[in-house]
Amino acid sequence: MKKLMLGNAAFARGLYEAGCKIVSSYPGTPSTEITEEAAKFEEIYAEWAPNEKVAMETALGASIAGARSFCGMKHVGLNVAADPLYTASYTGVNGGMVIAVADDQGMHSSQNEQDSRHHAIASKVPMIEPSDSGECKEFVKLAFELSEEFDAPVIVRMSTRVAHSQSIVDTTERQEPELKEYTKNPQKYVMMPAFAKTRHVFVEERTQKLIAYAETSPLNRVEISENAEFGVITNGAAYQYVKEALGDKVSVLKLGMVNPMPVQLIKDFAAKYSRIVVVEELDGIIEEHCRNIGVSNVEGKNIFGYIGEINQAVIAEKLLGEKKEFTAIGEDVPGRPPVMCAGCPHRGLFYCLKKLGVTVSGDIGCYTLGAAQPLAAVDTTICMGASISALHGFNKARGAESEHRTVAVIGDSTFMHSGMTGLVNIAYNNSNSTVIILDNSITGMTGHQQNPTTGKNLKGDPAAAVDLEKLCRAIGINRVRVVDPYHLAETEAAIREELAADEASVIISRRPCALLKYVKHNAPFKVNAEKCVGCKMCMKLGCPAISIREGKAVIDHTQCVGCGICKEMCKIGAIE
Amino acid sequence: METKSIMIVGVGGQGSLLASRLLGNVLLAQGFDVKVSEVHGMSQRGGSVVTYVKYGDKVYSPVIEKGEADAVISFEILEAARCLPYLKKGGKLITSTQQIDPMPVITGAAQYPENLVEKLKNAGADLIAVEALSLAEQAGTAKASNVVLMGVLSAQMDFPEELWQNALEQCVPAKFLELNKKAFELGRNA
Repeated sequence: MKKLMLGNAAFARGLYEAGCKIVSSYPGTPSTEITEEAAKFEEIYAEWAPNEKVAMETALGASIAGARSFCGMKHVGLNVAADPLYTASYTGVNGGMVIAVADDQGMHSSQNEQDSRHHAIASKVPMIEPSDSGECKEFVKLAFELSEEFDAPVIVRMSTRVAHSQSIVDTTERQEPELKEYTKNPQKYVMMPAFAKTRHVFVEERTQKLIAYAETSPLNRVEISENAEFGVITNGAAYQYVKEALGDKVSVLKLGMVNPMPVQLIKDFAAKYSRIVVVEELDGIIEEHCRNIGVSNVEGKNIFGYIGEINQAVIAEKLLGEKKEFTAIGEDVPGRPPVMCAGCPHRGLFYCLKKLGVTVSGDIGCYTLGAAQPLAAVDTTICMGASISALHGFNKARGAESEHRTVAVIGDSTFMHSGMTGLVNIAYNNSNSTVIILDNSITGMTGHQQNPTTGKNLKGDPAAAVDLEKLCRAIGINRVRVVDPYHLAETEAAIREELAADEASVIISRRPCALLKYVKHNAPFKVNAEKCVGCKMCMKLGCPAISIREGKAVIDHTQCVGCGICKEMCKIGAIE
Repeated sequence: METKSIMIVGVGGQGSLLASRLLGNVLLAQGFDVKVSEVHGMSQRGGSVVTYVKYGDKVYSPVIEKGEADAVISFEILEAARCLPYLKKGGKLITSTQQIDPMPVITGAAQYPENLVEKLKNAGADLIAVEALSLAEQAGTAKASNVVLMGVLSAQMDFPEELWQNALEQCVPAKFLELNKKAFELGRNA
């Protein structure tokens, strides 16, 4: 049956058809929907793990037990899961194991633009890369077969454009492989030095076999054009841009297997043309491989660079000198950066932090938007969990003066992911740090996923909920208190008191995300134009529902959810 | 058939994903090869949101670049101005007249441009400007502007109305179906 499917949904369909049994992931744009879609199949057990390392270890355990298993994550998530990855390469698998890593070329929703192919090369794990939804499904099924044939986890590399584009997929039935027998085999699964040494030999031999496989694999495809002026080697989404921009003006070698890469196949292709152009996004990994194997008529990064996405227009301009005509209104169009939503519980908290002029060690989530104007309250954002550990380091470096004017902010899901260990460090190594957990009862930025604090699992069923207050106390923090960020005065007072205190403290700023379906909205507020003096106090909140028209504040009733913090700000009572 | 390109643009939260799914379903039912490219994650938080829909005998790239779109459908008029450069010469620009201030305007760092309908026309756009928000409210909810605009688009395309109705039934939850059908009709007849 032919269906229009998101790349991530097609990936999940591939998991289903391949008979995958166990799925464990941590959400991260652009990988999240793979696991959400997989959870819709009754035959698949699917869960959100607290972080990517736990997810990968869960998938590896399931594989050792004999099931086909999967874990999915975004590119930076693979850094968190790198530890099990590099050793899973040595242990290999029992049931097939597939890992999705979704790179974010162009950084649509990420803090860096790393190229995950480096992890595949360094861990010596095979990596394959689809270029549309149909390939997503087929490659995933093949990945399970390769995993079992070569005794290796297999990484399927996604990108924003492949993950979040819909194209046509032909679906078939699920095959239901038997659970493979588990037999104790410490030489394969106990990676202490004596056994790991023999497994390293296996890994190197496996790589040679994989290279031989890559020479003839259907994953790598040569498309010869009689009219070709030169040859192009490409992979992933870039293949689609090449085909659209260059059509039959070039011959194409499409690499679906990006680690390890073939040698003879590339040499033979390159020998046909005097000029070979590698069109690959981010780093020049294919290009370097070409040079390493003695193909010298190659170029690529000198034309396309290392930054952001490539597209058909860039290729047409750089390789054919063609540019499309277009028109514009002839004046600057103001930008529209993402903002915290109307009614966002984080807004009140960030307003208080800005007002108090404190230094804010930030983290990854919707609340990263607290760095944007007009609140501009955040000083640093590095990676998941870094707010708390970096605050500890900052305070150790600058001492008491800093401890009384610096805080960390971290969401509930991010705290469970990797914030807890930083809090243990604060308690154990004794810095007088103030940590604010923004508990909006959901994983927000990635589109409302449950997490260990919400009391529900991925399928929406009731689950054990971590008690954040008790957890923080158990870690060794004595001062733990809860505030409602819709109440500005209470929130500000709590921050002042905890900063002044002479020991570490945690403030839990608790209020569910305003976009959650179960959150009841109040009637929208209105500005009484007769009372409004246009002082713009309410504008300091940076609420997208409030604007100024003819000198007076106006509230957009389609956006306002009646949170009322602007009413608290208005000294003259013009907001009703 | 040569590949056709349609861009659907607006502000995060305005429902561009539903609009692109409706269009994608109609095109699939017509037997075209189709690609629809969306942006999820941070950009959805009140930022500019762009969705690309491409169809034809064989579609390769899922994205649309400057000067390539046969039509641009915009849920907000500043976004129409922002995406005008993507329209190819002679392409159709369908926009809601709704105005949503972006944060730089709210903070006073920038001005919302005035008389955008006129400026878009002067720039050479083949423009259809629709009061989509008030039509949506007439249908029952401001949230249905997206479907109103798809109704407007449907009148510009040569596909049987039945296909659009089927797509609505597939993509919209049953309890909101009647409301959305009304919004679609109001747009189609606008």
